[in-house]
Amino acid sequence: MAEILTPKLTPPEASTATASIGAPLIEIEDVSLYYGASKALKNISLKLDEKVVTAFIGPSGCGKSTLLRCLNRMNDLIDNVRIDGAIKIGGHNIYDGNVDVIELRKRVGMVFQKSNPFPKSVYENVAYGLRLHGVKAKSDLDARIEECLRASALWDEVKDRLHSSALGLSGGQQQRLCIARAIAIKPEVILMDEPASALDPIATARIEDLILDLKKEFTIVIVTHNMQQAARISDQTAFFYIGELVEFGATGKIFTNPSQKRTEDYVSGRFG
Amino acid sequence: MNTLTPSEYLPEKSSDTARLTRNFRAEKFDFWSFFFSGLTGLATLFILGILATILLNIIINGWSAISWHFVSTIPKKDFFDANTTGVLPMIVGTAFRVIVMTIFVIPVGVITAIYLTEYAANTSIITRIIRAAVNNLAGVPSIVFGLFGLGFFINFVGKNMDKLLHNSSAVWGQPALIWASLTLAVMTLPVVIVATEESLKAIPAGLREASLALGATKLETILKIVLPQALPGIMTGGILAVSRAAGEVAPILFTGVAYYMASLPGHLSDQFMDLGYHVFVLSTQSPNIEQTRPILYATVLVLLMLTFALNIVAILIRARVRKKLRALG
Amino acid sequence: MGIHRGHKARPGEWLAEKFIFLVSLSAILMVLLIFLFVAREALPVFLGQTDTALVQKPIPPAEMDKHSPAELQAYLELTPEQYAKMDKATLRTLMDVKVEAQDDVPEAFRNDPDAHINTTEWQYLVQSHKWSGYDKPEYIWQPVGEIKKFNIIPLFVGTLKVTLIGLLFAVPLAVGAAIYVSQLARPRAREIIKPAIELLSGIPSVVVGVFALLVMATVLQSIFHYQTRLNAFVAGIALGFAVIPVIFSIAEDALTSVPRAYTQGALALGASRWQTAWQIVLPAALPGVFAAAVLGFGRAIGETMIVLMVCSASVMSWSIFDSARSITTTIAAEMAEAVNGGPHYRILFMLGALLFAATFISNMIGDFVIHRFKLKLEGKR
Repeated sequence: MAEILTPKLTPPEASTATASIGAPLIEIEDVSLYYGASKALKNISLKLDEKVVTAFIGPSGCGKSTLLRCLNRMNDLIDNVRIDGAIKIGGHNIYDGNVDVIELRKRVGMVFQKSNPFPKSVYENVAYGLRLHGVKAKSDLDARIEECLRASALWDEVKDRLHSSALGLSGGQQQRLCIARAIAIKPEVILMDEPASALDPIATARIEDLILDLKKEFTIVIVTHNMQQAARISDQTAFFYIGELVEFGATGKIFTNPSQKRTEDYVSGRFG
Repeated sequence: MNTLTPSEYLPEKSSDTARLTRNFRAEKFDFWSFFFSGLTGLATLFILGILATILLNIIINGWSAISWHFVSTIPKKDFFDANTTGVLPMIVGTAFRVIVMTIFVIPVGVITAIYLTEYAANTSIITRIIRAAVNNLAGVPSIVFGLFGLGFFINFVGKNMDKLLHNSSAVWGQPALIWASLTLAVMTLPVVIVATEESLKAIPAGLREASLALGATKLETILKIVLPQALPGIMTGGILAVSRAAGEVAPILFTGVAYYMASLPGHLSDQFMDLGYHVFVLSTQSPNIEQTRPILYATVLVLLMLTFALNIVAILIRARVRKKLRALG
Repeated sequence: MGIHRGHKARPGEWLAEKFIFLVSLSAILMVLLIFLFVAREALPVFLGQTDTALVQKPIPPAEMDKHSPAELQAYLELTPEQYAKMDKATLRTLMDVKVEAQDDVPEAFRNDPDAHINTTEWQYLVQSHKWSGYDKPEYIWQPVGEIKKFNIIPLFVGTLKVTLIGLLFAVPLAVGAAIYVSQLARPRAREIIKPAIELLSGIPSVVVGVFALLVMATVLQSIFHYQTRLNAFVAGIALGFAVIPVIFSIAEDALTSVPRAYTQGALALGASRWQTAWQIVLPAALPGVFAAAVLGFGRAIGETMIVLMVCSASVMSWSIFDSARSITTTIAAEMAEAVNGGPHYRILFMLGALLFAATFISNMIGDFVIHRFKLKLEGKR
């Protein structure tokens, strides 16, 4: 019998760490990930707070995207992957045997590095997730779609062309559409894997503004290789290096006064 | 010092420029290169020439013999009288058998292609056997398919059907439209599978990922995102299967085609006449080849036009679907 | 593999996946069924259970009980179901009929040694035999008449004649064109020429047959001045037409998949386009081109209608300017007249089974060579 996550995710207790702002929603406990025999993530333990933006930073290949994809079990799609440890969201281990992954992905949404709108209309892109999860009535769909497109700062640009192909939008618009699509089904957490890395500075700025807006309602975890971006938009930052969590704390502290030497070397650009 | 000073190598007069650039041209004319390149070019031209000759020969000779009367008449037993003969039953027979074939081959082919692309592990032994089987089916001679149709569909399936249905005389255990169509379906299965697989593979994995990340199941992703996008490719497979099957005569020789039928085929157990078979009959059994010539060419032209028309209709549908998927959707 | 499911399958989805898998097995099933059911009709010949000897020693009805049911069933040429349905009286009547049939054999044949031979035995199928009325041992395929002759050698010779001519004509043309289109022509030209040649493969073989019958036969006769207008030579050339697109397609693919790096390396050293094509690309693509020829061969031996329309007589002759009958045309032309279940019928099916085996093997070889070739290009070997 598949146990679904309870509708309202309540954090167990307020974290005692000085870095916490809200209360921890996502608890990563001693997680290790193996691709075949090679260990890509090494005993990561981390607590992420509710309704804040947490940034995962680190050089290429350090495992930040891999860890992100563990949070909505997208790593299940890959051959030969083994995960040890537990990841608890709202107190429930999502790697438990009877968790329904479909429900999990409804609660934990994802935006990808390369925007991937479906080759359908703008309207149909956002409606897809809604229809999957039971919203059928046209009026409900219309209302919800407008709400999401407004929340993604895209409504004004697409309101006259809702039924034309999403592939006709610019790169930045497509990515905002993907965000709208993800928030349409009302997840509690949004995972973003380098969402602006393929976009020009102006489009990037708009995405960043959007993220600052969205954190009022959603818990956001963002992977980025752009340190300035992490500094601009995140409240907490985790620094990874070759599969290990090196340091985690309030963004301000990480960038101005990190405790670890490796963190300091990375944020000051001594290696990248 | 061997280096040239600028005044030495920069041309003072325009004629010097010509001298410089001339040194980059080929020293001698490579005869053999030219010869063999020309030879292969001629080979290409020759092949294209054959194609053009065949088509032109048929069009020129057939066009004058075709008439509305010709394509809409059911002929009497004498096919060789140009005034009374017609090919309507042949057109109907060919079209019917191709349509019934499509009904069977498209679902089986598409489902197999979905399995091979979306579900099968490429290294597993079952997958390799399935692929080998598909490749082999593609290479079986058409007459062997005819034998298969006779030995399996008619003598086994049909005869047993008659037994089960307690038919006093052979209804299904003899050549029939359904058996010919099924035989053709087996024959064109590889075509549909390959075309569908190509179009499924062309869809980027990112789309499937996006759908799964929104909480869709794999089956929902395939049905709602992947298949609609692959539709033009599937139609291509259908087109290829249809145009191949329409022209094939060998597989239907023992499985359903008849020399002469008084009426149009109305039931799956009926025999039928066929354009390709009629061409064969006209060429080899005509008492007077000169008299039959125009009828023959006209029939061939009708066959080509039918294949062509089927192709065009399908290509149009495919273009419409493509446009829809791109702009509206 | 598409993408892993990445979630536990719900019951509806699990059922759907199993269904999809089962449907996909149908391809394997088809191949097995084809082989099975064609071989099934031919099996009695392989097992030596057919007997076409005109003069046979009949079993006297009085001695019916001395023989086992299996023997009686084979003697009376009944299927197990038919035999089971009959009572003793009916069987006796059938045996009487058989005795009478022996009496009906014309006197002339009674003394003919050929009348006592079971012409479906292997030695008569493949070896030459001195038949009565002929001066020397001959290979004869003549399945009509009192004494049926089933020697399959003329059919093999016919097939070989036509196929070899076809390949000799088609392979140089198709490979030459493939070299031109993939290596020497402008890319724009390639886009037009390739589909045009593939259009040739869309012309049904009956149409090529008509063209050969009406146009080519006359043209070629006026060029070469041979006796018989419709012969193996014409059929072979027409067969070549039909096979060219297949060979061209595969060879062109093979040549194009040779990595650009090789071509550019050679050109940078100052080789001409032709030298590059002939000395670098073609040798590298040779397995693929070879496979193209093998697959073309498979297609050629399986072709029926073209040869059927051009040639009709079954003459055992090595001359290409005589007519010829191939295995495929024989099956196509004679099946309608063969008695269902009779020896002629079974031998035709046997030919079909042999043909299937031959194309099966040649296709396996062709596919295998292409597979290894692609792996080599990718550097995996």
